[in-house]
Amino acid sequence: MVRKFLIFILLATFSVIFINLYQDFKGQDKLNDLSTYYAENEPQELGAQNIVTSIVVTYRGFDTLGEVTILFLAASIIGFFLKIKESDKNKKRELRKTSEILETASKILVPLIFLLGVYVFANGHLTPGGGFQGGAIMASGMVLMLLANPEKDVKHSLFSGIESISGFTYVILGLLGIYFAYGFLDNRVLPLGQFGNIFSAGLIPVIYTFIGLKVGSELTNIVGNLKETQKETE
Amino acid sequence: MEYISLITGFIMLMIGLWGILTQKNIIKIIISFTIFDSAINIIIISIGYISGRTAPILDKAVPVKDAVTKIVDPIPQALVLTSIVISLGVTALMLAYALKLHKYKNTLEINKFKDLKW
Repeated sequence: MVRKFLIFILLATFSVIFINLYQDFKGQDKLNDLSTYYAENEPQELGAQNIVTSIVVTYRGFDTLGEVTILFLAASIIGFFLKIKESDKNKKRELRKTSEILETASKILVPLIFLLGVYVFANGHLTPGGGFQGGAIMASGMVLMLLANPEKDVKHSLFSGIESISGFTYVILGLLGIYFAYGFLDNRVLPLGQFGNIFSAGLIPVIYTFIGLKVGSELTNIVGNLKETQKETE
Repeated sequence: MEYISLITGFIMLMIGLWGILTQKNIIKIIISFTIFDSAINIIIISIGYISGRTAPILDKAVPVKDAVTKIVDPIPQALVLTSIVISLGVTALMLAYALKLHKYKNTLEINKFKDLKW
């Protein structure tokens, strides 16, 4: 009873705070200085149509490198934490047969989902989207495949390989910026090209492709690990 | 009506907080955490909103010359991308711990785990 009362008081206090915050909130009526700089100079400087992408990949590229590292850390901690015994690895689980609808539909849908994922991360500098989103879409395609064939396992060596190669390439591409452009993760290593074209914005689409592959394989590894623990003996 | 996403964010935040404090099932607590995460992302996005403007993508709708007067603030949107990735990592870790806890005691009831309680 005391507990419920305390929870009620906490929630009531937060609602009062939020209502006050909302009533005093006045939205901006123009961009602040930094955003104005980005909006004015980004098309000439970096040549990416999507300003958010240019901030994520180039202006704050170092931040994104850290973000990728966080995802990698989470994936490897889960891999370490959910490790199962060697003897359990080859065990077969008794599973109900997959329904025919799911099996047939997954054969048609999985290539299309992969295509959508590739489209989203290759067009990250032009339309909403990018490496993280495209990678998540590709991983959802892998989840559909796992649901349709539950006996199969995720090939961890393959996905770890893709992940480490793309992570390594991302850092190398960043280092190229130091020698051929103006700093770490600068995208002006390649020519900027025609504004609004798919081959434009220098290194941004290349970097986003590698981020997409990395995120997709990491998420697939996480899902595979979560699936494999079910084989463990009680 | 102008700041409807801000109100939605605050309401979702309260729902998430309520769920974290009152639910007994570990999976439901994790779901409440994800609601909480999404609510904070919505609030950050809505702070960068400027009324009557459009997304910061310089296509046909937004000529490069008028960009400054036509787009919303792109920086909160870039920050939210980071926050989404982190919340994904946190959620995946919480689910892994929930799996292990279920293996250990065959229950997901949070009241049954009293090892750290004093």
